[in-house]
Amino acid sequence: MTTLLNVKDLRAYYGQVQALHGLSFSLNEGSLTTLLGANGAGKTTTLRAICNMVRSTGGIEFDGKPLNNKSTESIVRFGIAHVPQGRGTFTTMTVEENLQLGAITRKDSAGIVSDIERMYAHFPVLKQRHTQQAGTLSGGEQQMLAVARALMLRPRLMLLDEPSFGLAPLVVRDLFSILGKINREDKVSILVVEQNAQLALELADQAYVIETGRIVMSGNAKDIANNEEIRKSYLGY
Amino acid sequence: MELFTNQVLAGIATGAIYACMALAVVMIYQAIDHLNFAQGEMAMFSTFISWQLMQWGVPYWAAFIITLAFSFVAGIAIERILFKPLAKAPVLTNVAGFIALFAIINSSAGLIWDFTIKQYPTPFGSAPFLGSQLISTHQAGMIGVTVLLLLGLYFFFQYTRIGLAMRAAASVPESARLVGINTSWMIALGWGMATAIGSIAGMLIAPVVFLEPNMMGGVLIYGFAAAVLGGLTSPFGAVVGGFLVGIFENLAGTYIPGVGNELKLPIALALIISVLVVKPAGLFGRHIVKRV
Repeated sequence: MTTLLNVKDLRAYYGQVQALHGLSFSLNEGSLTTLLGANGAGKTTTLRAICNMVRSTGGIEFDGKPLNNKSTESIVRFGIAHVPQGRGTFTTMTVEENLQLGAITRKDSAGIVSDIERMYAHFPVLKQRHTQQAGTLSGGEQQMLAVARALMLRPRLMLLDEPSFGLAPLVVRDLFSILGKINREDKVSILVVEQNAQLALELADQAYVIETGRIVMSGNAKDIANNEEIRKSYLGY
Repeated sequence: MELFTNQVLAGIATGAIYACMALAVVMIYQAIDHLNFAQGEMAMFSTFISWQLMQWGVPYWAAFIITLAFSFVAGIAIERILFKPLAKAPVLTNVAGFIALFAIINSSAGLIWDFTIKQYPTPFGSAPFLGSQLISTHQAGMIGVTVLLLLGLYFFFQYTRIGLAMRAAASVPESARLVGINTSWMIALGWGMATAIGSIAGMLIAPVVFLEPNMMGGVLIYGFAAAVLGGLTSPFGAVVGGFLVGIFENLAGTYIPGVGNELKLPIALALIISVLVVKPAGLFGRHIVKRV
């Protein structure tokens, strides 16, 4: 297995405040990796640092190429799709325009059209609402739209920030099973940040636990889920 | 009745110009959240460029096209040089920037072409339009060019990928960057387009108000009134607002005793204030539908 993403000694800052204190982890091509941790541990910051949306130092390599000092919009062109916290929906635009925006860096218009149809097959609710203003969708539908928009890039790596946030448990189950399917069938590597540790560990193959800006635990997702001590002290269930 | 129709049609003709100015103002407002006080001066300078070209013997429409291209590039240059560095600066710094730009352009135009009033040609002539006394060919031309421009812009923003990217960059910049849109250049592009639109307004209104460095002062105030009336967040509203303000201005000047030409401008200002008090979002200001 080849390493797709390699993060080394990552330190990130908000103004004078340091949020990440030398965090290192890696992600294999084709894997579904989860970053777990409590509120304020630095999960979101880690994702934002990968896309250069926060000031950081340290090494970030994607497929052997350094991402440091690249602008957010150029990092997208490496094939990294980021679904931010709060979903980042273009609320005043239609569902279909949101999907087209996901593919705005692509040049193959025929491929884009067929990919939109593919997304409608993955998420039938989006097809029903394709002319509707995206802001009128429910939270779950918007999360589906955000994932679909990210997939429109045909990414090699998808970064997901708290996809379960604010969604009903049934909707979350649905979403996670789709994510698993995308990972297996479309061969998209996924890095998902979650507070819902139980669910994320069921889905993922690799897991890292972050506490106050450092990795404190890493390993196979099954092993971490089965280790009662870790679960109790870090994951709270 | 004929007076009424005449005034409404004339209002639509000048309203077309206000619509262009309002649209230019709204496009920049959407991109950077500031009102461009220098929009009118930029349009005036462009109009002088076209006049100068014609003085040198360039035919009208060639001068028109060259001026559009010049304005587009100049708009981008102004954004890159002056307002990109101010992007994260406080509001007042930006306001100071706009006022400086206003003063610089106004004085430069005066320095180069002096402050005397100049005749400006119209390609449409000023005969009665289709034999009717209601409207002149130049007024009809103003309306026609504006309608073509608006249709072009509509198709650009609705059906091209770059138009889609520009809308995305203006509505949710962070998400736009996350799908790979270079939002900074989209803002520059918006400046270029707004400046070109303003130059069209300047060149169309110049035969009416005559060419001089302060020619756009009143027009820009009407443009602001139109933008506020339609809603600063709505390009469509800005256009509708432009036509409404044009008609309103003419009817008020004709039918309200004592208003006449001298008091037309205060009416525009009164309109701005009334809209801000009664309906701050404007007629078409966006009510964003949001479910959380």
